[in-house]
Amino acid sequence: MYEQLISILIQTLTHALNIVANKLVPLAEAGGSAAAGTVPASTVYVTLIVLAGLGVVFGVALAIVAARFVVKVDPKVEQVRETLPGANCGACGFAGCMGYAEAVVGNPDVAVHMCAPGKAAVAEKIAVITGKKAEKVEPKIARVFCQGGTSLSQRKFIYTGVKDCTAAVLAAGGDKSCEYGCLGYGTCMRACPFGAITMSGDNLPIINPDKCTACGKCVAACPKQVIELAQMSKAVVISCHSRDKGIDVKKKCQVGCIACGICVRTCPVDAIKLENNLARIDHGKCIVCGLCVKKCPTSAIYDYIPVRSKAFIDPAKCVGIDVCEKVCPVNAISGAVREVHRVDQSKCIGCGMCAPRCPKKAIDMVQASSGAGRQKHVKAQESVRA
Amino acid sequence: MWQHVLTIFIASALINNFVFSRYLGLCIFFGVTKKMETSIGMSFTFTTVMLISASLNWLIYNYVMVPYHLGFLKIVIFIGVIAAFVQAADTIMKKVAPALYYKLGIYLALIVTNCVILAVPLLNADENYSLFESMAMAVGSGLGFSLALIIMASIREKLELADVPRSFQGLPISFVLTGLIALAFLGFSGMITL
Repeated sequence: MYEQLISILIQTLTHALNIVANKLVPLAEAGGSAAAGTVPASTVYVTLIVLAGLGVVFGVALAIVAARFVVKVDPKVEQVRETLPGANCGACGFAGCMGYAEAVVGNPDVAVHMCAPGKAAVAEKIAVITGKKAEKVEPKIARVFCQGGTSLSQRKFIYTGVKDCTAAVLAAGGDKSCEYGCLGYGTCMRACPFGAITMSGDNLPIINPDKCTACGKCVAACPKQVIELAQMSKAVVISCHSRDKGIDVKKKCQVGCIACGICVRTCPVDAIKLENNLARIDHGKCIVCGLCVKKCPTSAIYDYIPVRSKAFIDPAKCVGIDVCEKVCPVNAISGAVREVHRVDQSKCIGCGMCAPRCPKKAIDMVQASSGAGRQKHVKAQESVRA
Repeated sequence: MWQHVLTIFIASALINNFVFSRYLGLCIFFGVTKKMETSIGMSFTFTTVMLISASLNWLIYNYVMVPYHLGFLKIVIFIGVIAAFVQAADTIMKKVAPALYYKLGIYLALIVTNCVILAVPLLNADENYSLFESMAMAVGSGLGFSLALIIMASIREKLELADVPRSFQGLPISFVLTGLIALAFLGFSGMITL
């Protein structure tokens, strides 16, 4: 194998040398009067020597420089950098992924969970590499605090300028009547480095929870501060920022918060307060029951849980304590004392308030779509009745 | 002699501006002018590398290549010298000035194969300039290139908000702009009369 290769190489070389040799004029004959079209042999030799010499000089110089000015890179930094997503989004507060990798390895005070796109998985890997402790972090997501799309809100003039929110806001604060609402020209969509934002047909941004990494680029890009970062688990949100009086909100938008206070009275844990003509949910108290969503007269409160799970009472465990019946805000649970209680599935809104109150732990919250669990319970209930 | 050096300096910066008169270095020109910050970083790095590489190449040309009649190897040797020097500068900078390295290091890799950096030593060799004339040519070209970058970056930052027709968005409108600036630079051509 190698012998063949070497023989081919030698053949090619001799062939090339023959061609060169035919063109060469012996050194003695050259004597400054080389015939036209021929190259003096000395030139070829000098060329080869000079090029080889320069090559050696540069090579040695670079080798010396590389050895003299070697920078020791912690192998951990390289490992962390490979773990990071490499989006260079800057959500960690450092200059790119490399900057964070160096900081998290070199500085003991830098936490491992700063990478928003990487989420918990990357934090755990970095913790393993650096030997730091990974703290549990509540995952965050960008939420849009406006539901007043083109069809549901009023415009105060026709805007024909650059289709960009930062440009539109320069023209008298934008063309939307509501000065707190989303302008809908998609600046956030273009700012998102992960393609997580799309604009709906009604010119409102829709955030894809699978792609959103809570890096905060859209929050910074929105000139109306319509987008905020919120905890992903707190899925019930008052999707309006309007501080106008209720009557003004109604004129401008069909889905704005009119500060009527119904949600404040509805909330079982007193998590909602009215401030500056706007209802605000204290997410520390909110149990995401979704009662306010149902009661809001303008549908300004948005429930990000697409299908809520419903309560099911396990008849084998239920001993007929009527705590659940009393606690249920929609009167979906009925049954006599010391007898098995039943949940009216058409009334249950899946708020989940009954489950933790049952002393016998007889109530399960079951996803309506997961048929298996539901069937089990229905069958059990039927067998009790029979 | 100094008057000649000054003439070369001004001529290479304005009249024979590499971007607007010779149409060289357009790749970097369109690449880094999207933001003012990168343009300024590139300008600094570019001018420095230009000066040092032109001086180095002048030495090698006049003390190695001319005595041995190796003028025909200009392109090969100049490229080698530039690549070796930039690589060495990269390594040294990383050790000696890490802050500077992280600011400007990314531009060094782009510069190695840049045609303006190669064109300056080649033109110096063709014109048989002295060392000072070569250096004036290098600094002038570097500053001329910086001027081009900064002018273009300041316009392109404003262009982001302009209502450009769809088919002209991005690179096409940038080329149109470059042509217009080149026309304006034509006005410098009568500045020096020999």
